[in-house]
Amino acid sequence: MLGKLTWDAIPFDQPIPLFAAAVVGIAIICVLAWVTLKGWMPYLWREWITSVDHKRIGIMYTLLALVMLLRGFADAIMMRSQQALAFRSDGYLPPEHYDQIFSAHGTLMIFFVAMPFMIGLMNFVMPLQLGIRDVAFPTLNSVSFWLTATGALLVNISLVVGEFARTGWLPFPPLSEITYSPGVGVDYYLWSLQISGVGTLLTGVNFVTTVLKIHAPGMTYMRMPMFCWTTLATNLLIVAAFPILTATLAMLILDRYLGFHFFTNEAGGNMMMFMNLIWAWGHPEVYILILPAFGIFSEVISTFSGKPLFGYRSMVMATMAICILSFTVWLHHFFTMGAGADVNALFGIASMIIAVPTGVKIFNWLFTMYGGRVAFSPSILWSIGFMVTFVIGGMTGVLLAVPPADFVLHNSLFLVAHFHNVIIGGVLFGAFAGYTYWFPKAFGFRLHEGLGKAAFWCWFIGFYLAFTPLYVLGLLGMTRRMQHYDVAEWRPWLLVAALGAAVILAGIILQIAQLAVSIRRRDALRDATGDPWNGRSLEWATPSPPPAFNFAVLPHVEGEDAYWIEKQHERREGKPGQEPAYAAIEMPRNSATGFICAFFATFMGFALIWHIWWMVFLAGLGAYATFVVFAWRDRVEDIIPAELVARIDRAYRQTRSEALARTQAAS
Amino acid sequence: MSAFQGTAGDSGPDRLGHGGTAPGRLHGAEHAVGELMAKRIVVGYGFWIFLLSDIIMFSAFFASYAVLVGQTAGGPSGRDLFDLRNTGIETACLLLSSFTCGIASIGAQAHRGSWFYGAMAITFILGAGFIGLEAREFAGLAAQGAGPTRSAFLSAFFTLVGCHGLHVSGGLLWLLTMVAQVFAKGYRADILRRILCFSLFWHALDIIWVALFSMVYLMGAAA
Repeated sequence: MLGKLTWDAIPFDQPIPLFAAAVVGIAIICVLAWVTLKGWMPYLWREWITSVDHKRIGIMYTLLALVMLLRGFADAIMMRSQQALAFRSDGYLPPEHYDQIFSAHGTLMIFFVAMPFMIGLMNFVMPLQLGIRDVAFPTLNSVSFWLTATGALLVNISLVVGEFARTGWLPFPPLSEITYSPGVGVDYYLWSLQISGVGTLLTGVNFVTTVLKIHAPGMTYMRMPMFCWTTLATNLLIVAAFPILTATLAMLILDRYLGFHFFTNEAGGNMMMFMNLIWAWGHPEVYILILPAFGIFSEVISTFSGKPLFGYRSMVMATMAICILSFTVWLHHFFTMGAGADVNALFGIASMIIAVPTGVKIFNWLFTMYGGRVAFSPSILWSIGFMVTFVIGGMTGVLLAVPPADFVLHNSLFLVAHFHNVIIGGVLFGAFAGYTYWFPKAFGFRLHEGLGKAAFWCWFIGFYLAFTPLYVLGLLGMTRRMQHYDVAEWRPWLLVAALGAAVILAGIILQIAQLAVSIRRRDALRDATGDPWNGRSLEWATPSPPPAFNFAVLPHVEGEDAYWIEKQHERREGKPGQEPAYAAIEMPRNSATGFICAFFATFMGFALIWHIWWMVFLAGLGAYATFVVFAWRDRVEDIIPAELVARIDRAYRQTRSEALARTQAAS
Repeated sequence: MSAFQGTAGDSGPDRLGHGGTAPGRLHGAEHAVGELMAKRIVVGYGFWIFLLSDIIMFSAFFASYAVLVGQTAGGPSGRDLFDLRNTGIETACLLLSSFTCGIASIGAQAHRGSWFYGAMAITFILGAGFIGLEAREFAGLAAQGAGPTRSAFLSAFFTLVGCHGLHVSGGLLWLLTMVAQVFAKGYRADILRRILCFSLFWHALDIIWVALFSMVYLMGAAA
């Protein structure tokens, strides 16, 4: 009836996961109770859960990423403290639990923190920057989000029901085959990634179509803000790389469920094929994460330096070059496979070549700041912190791209230090820069600046304290994923690394405090004009938070930095442009399709993990029925009347002319 | 002149999916039919991108097949197993069904029920025939002990061909749903766009089958 699922699946004998699950469970119940008692359920359902508005979906993606960041960071703290304690002892985490923790940490941080954070920011910002009302396929966008949330939910269910994979963030066979991993851990991993992977792929299709096909009048490709270009490059990579992940995981699923022999030891299976396939996805994946961050830094640095982006065209070229080159380097993840000197040399050189367009970008950012009046807000602190940190991470990366050096450092903590150096210093700092930068656009008030700066310094210092020792440890010969060790000279470095994790924890606490304080003081931090940073691109040319339709009338773009040009016009004339003729706007209707579809996907994933076949069938039927109901609906759009559009826009124009008068009086 | 002069009533490609009736500014006369045409382009474009991603997924299965084709683990190879007559009939079914699918989409454009329903019915029968033949082939292989668990070669073979078969089966379900929708709702613009996507999908499956037929069956039987 319930397949492999029995009471034994719940780890009553392990206090840590049970306690963590109880805390999470109580928190969820409290939040639900609070929301229900306050009577907010209908509002949440109407305005958020069923919303197909790209801004709302973007915010929900970001929220998911922030919550999962806490979970992933809890894993990190546990690993650091375990390694600090486990010198000639077992520490406090048994090996089978420790293995699950590092697997869950990597999986969560990459798939359910970095990805949704970047997709959330792209979702929120890209249509605004292009001067349009929504993405190409709004309902599909909602489906994407909810499928991603399903994946995250399944990973977290594994905390209480069953176990998670013990095979690392990429389940290398033959360890991940049924012979060596007979439990449900790997199955949790596989199905949550398959389900959220569908969501990511649909996002890729959606965003590529949007950026290439839908623009405000006059928004030619070479006038698009840099963030739109990096969004395009990232989503091209998603479209080209994620199907490989889907296929590879499908092969592993077939091996595990039906006894196929893709990667097994027997019957001709080839485990190194898994390495090749997974990294043919995996290397583009790291650029999927970093390219949007590059876009965010371009926007932030140009805005806070008060200058156009230096070398816009070379930046576009560099982005697209990285987009292509990222597919030519996958083998550097396993130089030790033994493909021979020629093959290793080819991939080593290809890997080093990627440093060239990245270097172009670093110089462009530096020259953008050069001669500018740089305002040291938290966003630009994250950007400068990124440049310093990322250059170091890039250099250790070029070092690892030298095959002989890689043979020494492969699988050591040096590698762990390297990729945290680029992922925290690049992706996460970028995400935080973007979060601080676009927060006022999303909610109408700025984040508290002092706490933001304090959080930055904690993260920055904490990062170096936590990861510089790992470089040293790698050179001292410590391999990754060790549950305990007995080399005395490693101990001090691991203690420093644990201290670094504690400083990062302080940074996270400060970020939570920043959010709470900012919400309480939101009236003082209010952004009345919709343009708190004196921005340059079109997302600032609309109120904060933007109305559902984004722009009362679509902007007419005359060049790069479209909004800056418009503000120059206004400053010369001393008043905003003539009032436009307002017209009714049709917007896509909200739809519960995404949520209901994910509801069934959750049951389907859970049933597949536990071999509950009747539930798989019912959930599949439900998902199909959901799509049929969606396809059958007759009204797909709501009309926002011209009077309402005019009222919203007149109020906005009023505040803008007042702000303009104030600046003119001041100058 | 302000850069933000009103563009209300204009409905360039930016207003796609948001109704409106005026012809697009950027596309000018080309969009004399207004939004409908433009939305069709965006939907078709998006679906093409999706198909490309699907083809990449198949390319991963093709690559794994190429790696594992020699790994028969002492079991049968393609030369021992493949029946080109059966696959020839399958190919004929699928290619003919693409032709009838084309006729059906022309029929839908012209709002000609007899053509649309007739051609879709033939498409369905040919597609179902293809699936039936493939299922018979698979069952036959399994019966002679050459199932997917026999060797890495057979795992890769069943996965690659079976993935295409799953796509065709999904397409058949789509076809039935869509025909029922035309029956219930008529030739509405959004349904016509779905018919466009369906025919793109069906033709793409043909392209993949041609690669499959040549690389798996022809080369396998000759090797």
